[in-house]
Amino acid sequence: MSNPTLALAQLEVGDALPELPIEITTTLVIGGALASRDFTPVHHDKGQAQAAGMQDVFMNILTTNGLVGRYVTDWAGPDSVMKGVSIKLGTPNLPGDTMKMSGQVSAIDEKEGTVTVEIAGSNSWGDHVTGSVTVALPGSS
Amino acid sequence: MSLSREELEAKLLDYVGREIGPPEQGPYPVNETMIRQWCEALGDENPVYTDASAAASSVHGGLVAPPTMMQTWSLRGVEMADPDAGRQNLQTELHSLLGDAGYPAVVATNCEQGYTRYLRPGDEIFVSTTIEAISEQKATALGIGYFINTREVYRDQQGDEVGWQTFRVLKFARAEQPGAATPDGAADEESSTPTRLRPPMAHDNKWWWDGIAEGRLLVQKCAGCGELRHPPRPMCQHCRSLEWQGIEASGEGEVYSYVVMHYPKFPGYEYPFTCALVELAEGTRMVANVVGCDPSKVHIGMKVRASIENVDDEFKLPFFRPID
Repeated sequence: MSNPTLALAQLEVGDALPELPIEITTTLVIGGALASRDFTPVHHDKGQAQAAGMQDVFMNILTTNGLVGRYVTDWAGPDSVMKGVSIKLGTPNLPGDTMKMSGQVSAIDEKEGTVTVEIAGSNSWGDHVTGSVTVALPGSS
Repeated sequence: MSLSREELEAKLLDYVGREIGPPEQGPYPVNETMIRQWCEALGDENPVYTDASAAASSVHGGLVAPPTMMQTWSLRGVEMADPDAGRQNLQTELHSLLGDAGYPAVVATNCEQGYTRYLRPGDEIFVSTTIEAISEQKATALGIGYFINTREVYRDQQGDEVGWQTFRVLKFARAEQPGAATPDGAADEESSTPTRLRPPMAHDNKWWWDGIAEGRLLVQKCAGCGELRHPPRPMCQHCRSLEWQGIEASGEGEVYSYVVMHYPKFPGYEYPFTCALVELAEGTRMVANVVGCDPSKVHIGMKVRASIENVDDEFKLPFFRPID
């Protein structure tokens, strides 16, 4: 469940977000792909994924984006407003693995009322995703 | 692979800056059911997406869609699983062109999104996609290929921009030896395995590579002051003379310094390998691989001799081998 929304004034550059392990299950991979309307076969059909050189179905980008957004808004609270996401994709997320999300505050823009968080989601291969998310927060609590 | 690299790259330029087709309307308006299903699948419990009363008292004043769901409203669903049902547009044409030219694999590497406003149930979404940029040929850990950047602009039923997304994909020929980013067993595509990238050859250095092709290791000697220099360049850094001649080196030398390369793994190389700066007996230095010797045995001062060897059917490089 969401925390109360953070206020910009209570944050400092360098503040760490609580780490969040996300288990990569077949259900998450396929459920995420289909809920995002991405029916590209490699995300739901193991045979097709193997034909494309992967061991199993692997997570689609929309699900990665969604999990990144969820991680940051869970921390920032329900009255935070996402302004943008920028991610670099690395190792694939395959069923059976765990992606550990981590993040820290990298910039605070008091004029715009926004905070930027550098995030990383790493699995047993290395970084699945790295990037940044910018959210607007209320100025004071 | 009927196109030469030059022909292919000239054709690629034609796609840059163009919209792939007319704006496309998303098949379904933004709706609560799809939002709930997404939140359920991803475990997102933010109440502004699913709890109408909590959303009403939030900054949004009502239910909104997760902003990262933006592209969902434009995707074609089951149609995407059928290669024959896919829509033809400039983007699919570009991918086919690269696929036919020997770069069949594709992987997304970057995604950026900006949100002008949150979408709400009832919004209709229209997407325009532009091919923003195509890179020059790149060697990556996955293989050799081209990066393609596209930009999508999302508009609502009023024609107002609600957000944008840029996407960067690599369209590539898979390397024989997959890099760290690819799990085991990734290399069963039949595409031709690239060898090493060719060095750029032009007026100032082609004569040196022509020497290598003939099996001769040349060094540039200034006709003004007699200083040697390498790699080839037009002017002497000592006397600024533009006059020079190529002399044949004996090939004898010793390791002046070296590194052992483990990562990142580029196609065309066997890892680990030794990359050395070799001081030639004639006095100038040259970068080349030391082969015929375990990388752990290479050391500064090691005596080596040049050996010009084929790296594939058409291309030779100078290597250095230890003198026992």
